[in-house]
Amino acid sequence: MNVPIPFHWALMRDAAGHWCLEADGMVHARVTVARAFPISAPDDAVSVLDADGHELLWIDDLAALDEARRERIEAALASREFTPVIEAILAISSISTPSRWTVRTDRGNTELLLPGEEALQRVGGSSLLVADAAGVQYLIRDIPALDRASRKFLERFL
Amino acid sequence: MSQPILDVDAWSRAATAHLSSDEALLAIAETDLDAARRFQPGAVALSTSRILSLQWLDRRVHVVGEWPLRDGELSLIDHAGVVSLDWRSGETLLARWELRLGLQPAAQSLVDAWHRWREGDEALSAANCRACGVEVPVGVVLCETCAEDEQPPSTLTLLRLWRFARPYRSRLLLGFVLTMLATSATLVPPYLTKPLMDKLLIPYQNGQDLDKQLVSLYMFGLLAAALVGWGLGWARTYVLARVSERIGADLRTATFEHLLNQSVSYFGSKRTGDLMARIGAETERINLFLSLHLLDFATDVLMIGMTAAVLFSINPWLALVTLLPLPVIGYLIHVVRDRLRRGFERADRIWSEVTNVLADTIPGIRVVKAFAQEGREAGRFHAANRHNLEINDRVNKVWSMFAPSVTLLTEIGLLVVWTFGIWQVSNDEITVGTLAAFIAYIGRFYTRLDSMSRIVSHTQKAAAGAKRIFDILDHQSNVPEPAQPRPLPPVQGRIQLDDVSFRYGNRQVIRRLSLDIRPGEMIGVVGHSGSGKSTLVNLVCRFHDPSEGAVRVDGIDVRELAVADYRRNIGLVLQEPFLFFGTIAENIAYGRPDAGRAEVVAAARAANAHEFIMRLPHGYDSLVGERGQSLSGGERQRISIARALLIDPRILILDEATSSVDSTTEKAIQAALDNLVRGRTTIAIAHRLSTLRKADRLVVLDRGEMVETGTHDELMARRGAYYALHQAQARQAEALLEDGVVGTGAVADGGVA
Ligand SMILES: Nc1ncnc2c1ncn2[C@@H]1O[C@H](COP(=O)(O)OP(=O)(O)OP(=O)(O)O)[C@@H](O)[C@H]1O
Ligand SMILES: [Mg+2]
Repeated sequence: MNVPIPFHWALMRDAAGHWCLEADGMVHARVTVARAFPISAPDDAVSVLDADGHELLWIDDLAALDEARRERIEAALASREFTPVIEAILAISSISTPSRWTVRTDRGNTELLLPGEEALQRVGGSSLLVADAAGVQYLIRDIPALDRASRKFLERFL
Repeated sequence: MSQPILDVDAWSRAATAHLSSDEALLAIAETDLDAARRFQPGAVALSTSRILSLQWLDRRVHVVGEWPLRDGELSLIDHAGVVSLDWRSGETLLARWELRLGLQPAAQSLVDAWHRWREGDEALSAANCRACGVEVPVGVVLCETCAEDEQPPSTLTLLRLWRFARPYRSRLLLGFVLTMLATSATLVPPYLTKPLMDKLLIPYQNGQDLDKQLVSLYMFGLLAAALVGWGLGWARTYVLARVSERIGADLRTATFEHLLNQSVSYFGSKRTGDLMARIGAETERINLFLSLHLLDFATDVLMIGMTAAVLFSINPWLALVTLLPLPVIGYLIHVVRDRLRRGFERADRIWSEVTNVLADTIPGIRVVKAFAQEGREAGRFHAANRHNLEINDRVNKVWSMFAPSVTLLTEIGLLVVWTFGIWQVSNDEITVGTLAAFIAYIGRFYTRLDSMSRIVSHTQKAAAGAKRIFDILDHQSNVPEPAQPRPLPPVQGRIQLDDVSFRYGNRQVIRRLSLDIRPGEMIGVVGHSGSGKSTLVNLVCRFHDPSEGAVRVDGIDVRELAVADYRRNIGLVLQEPFLFFGTIAENIAYGRPDAGRAEVVAAARAANAHEFIMRLPHGYDSLVGERGQSLSGGERQRISIARALLIDPRILILDEATSSVDSTTEKAIQAALDNLVRGRTTIAIAHRLSTLRKADRLVVLDRGEMVETGTHDELMARRGAYYALHQAQARQAEALLEDGVVGTGAVADGGVA
């Protein structure tokens, strides 16, 4: 199967604020940008899909892209992604679920409600996805890298 | 069995005796049914010129019929576990012998020998062991070694557990010594009772002064004994608990590993819940038994021996009286033991039943809910639980009688000792101190006796558990690893099926199928549902071994290869794709965990899975399988295709690989598969014949037989089974186009009525 790598491409925002992709002279409106491995290798591969979900552009290595294009891609990703990364668990309301956690994330301090133990899902080796009751997913990148207090809290649920 | 069963040798001898000097015996097969299908030992013998029918009548072998070989046809069919061996001349049935399925291999050999005779083959009399291929005498099916392997395992199961305790024997010994010492420490206080009474208390009562120094010495002795006992008990519990956990872990891993090596059909015949209960609960019970109860028992026996010795040294008569309840307890143990073991085994089985309901219902919850059968499942669970209660109640009835009976006996023992002791004191035969020490000792003695008798229950529980564990451990995989596997050179991909037959139990599913697939050839397998297509590929993958015949890869019988070595060369996409709990990337890389991300993505692209994966919120890091993101049937199938492609196999097996995708997706996958198939030996099964248009050769299966083979055009020209299938599909497609789905439904209904 052929990998779509256009000779020339540019990602831009149209007047309505939607992202569009101009590739080899064709303009595709309302494209979405997605990471292939958002958790295990976020800076690795990225794909641009059209409104029907067909792939228009495959970027093997985001880090190898030139500055201007990478910033565009990052911006497009940022407008779509929302996975706060938990850096520390500051407090928990109870050790049985549902449990309200106060956490520090890369997007600031917040509270989340853990509906049940099954909302904690291990991804890859030591990452953990936390799906809160409202449907937002939080990520813990590396459990052993958390501070002691956070790990103690976490151990009650794992 | 009431019938005398002759062995093959006896039949051979009888048949040979009947032959003329220029005749040789080619094959002999036992039969065990008469014309009315009543059990009747007999045999069919094939010589170089005749076929003989032998029977066991009036305790002798009689030749009841014979036919010249020239004018007949020998054939074998089986149905519902009975095999019929027919001897025909043209349309006339000359003779029919019947036998149960167990004897079928010899009958098959006989027919084979007849075929060879007809073709003028002279190397006739050689026969081979069905299991290992060693040459054996005419009529014998298994060589002696293989026949011996089929003996049932011995029943002294508990002794066999030693295998698991062995690695820990030094620590177990340490635990034993600690237990001994700890118990010895508890023997000190009663021993001090005697001098306390005789040297201190009674003289004091008689007006003498208390020897303060002696008092503090004795008190210190008591305290020291208690402290030492405490320390030793602590060490003992620690050592033994650790050993116990380790034995349990070993036992569980060994059982699980053994289980993983079983063939696919083994899992087909076992209930998940039952296996889970065995590996979980029974191993726990066994390791407790090995590391705690057994040691306790050993110390109990020793302590009872030691206490008895002490008692005898103090006063033999009194000691003799103390031991009175022992024989009665022994008798009680004898009575309850068997009932307990049977009870516990049943309780275990019922417990498995409870787990089974869970293991059935939880994965099948959608079906349960869709058919609104929650009530029924709850009822099933309830029933299993009630059963469990009943069995346990019964066991407990026996057990609850037993334990207090032992206690009662010891109480009575105490009473007798008091009476006898007071009588002896009054006759001045012993001192009060002696009696006090005695009473203190036998308190402990009887406690020991009591706890020792409890081992009966633990032993019986462990014996029941051990039996069920060894059921698993003793089961030899029926796709055994060869003793000396042949190294597998890089596979070219030639697959030969050599006169392969296969049966599930007594149901013949593949019948004498021969097929030679060239390296790189793509074979399409078609046929009605249930015609044996999946079974055929199971044989190629060596999930089962053929009952007869052989599967060869590059000319090597797959039974001679290490199973894992061989399977590494096969990429398999199943009818029901299964994904493990984990991310999509992990699932694709299941067969090659070291594959890089780029390779994973490439495989997903090739399987046309890349785009839908990229639409998932976490791309390749999305979780699937149990508790993960649910995927549709078609999505799962594409991931399993990617999984098969990533290992870059020489042999690709697609069992309805595109059955659960829509026709657009199918086309896309098809395009991908077309590329991939190139250069690999491929066996593809499909219901939609259009899927197989790229196949070099098509094989049409019907009830396990290969009825046609050839290219699409050849088969169409022949106007046989394939043509019929093709026409049926074409008509269906037309009907769909013309009338829409509703119209087809009406046609189908009309057809049924
Ligand atoms: N584990 C089993 N035990 C007993 N019989 C079995 C077992 N598996 C399959 N069979 C029987 O063997 C026959 C062939 O089954 P098989 O799965 O090979 O059919 P198939 O040709 O693949 O059918 P389909 O097109 O529906 O997948 C069927 O009649 C089936 O009932
Ligand atoms: Mg099938």
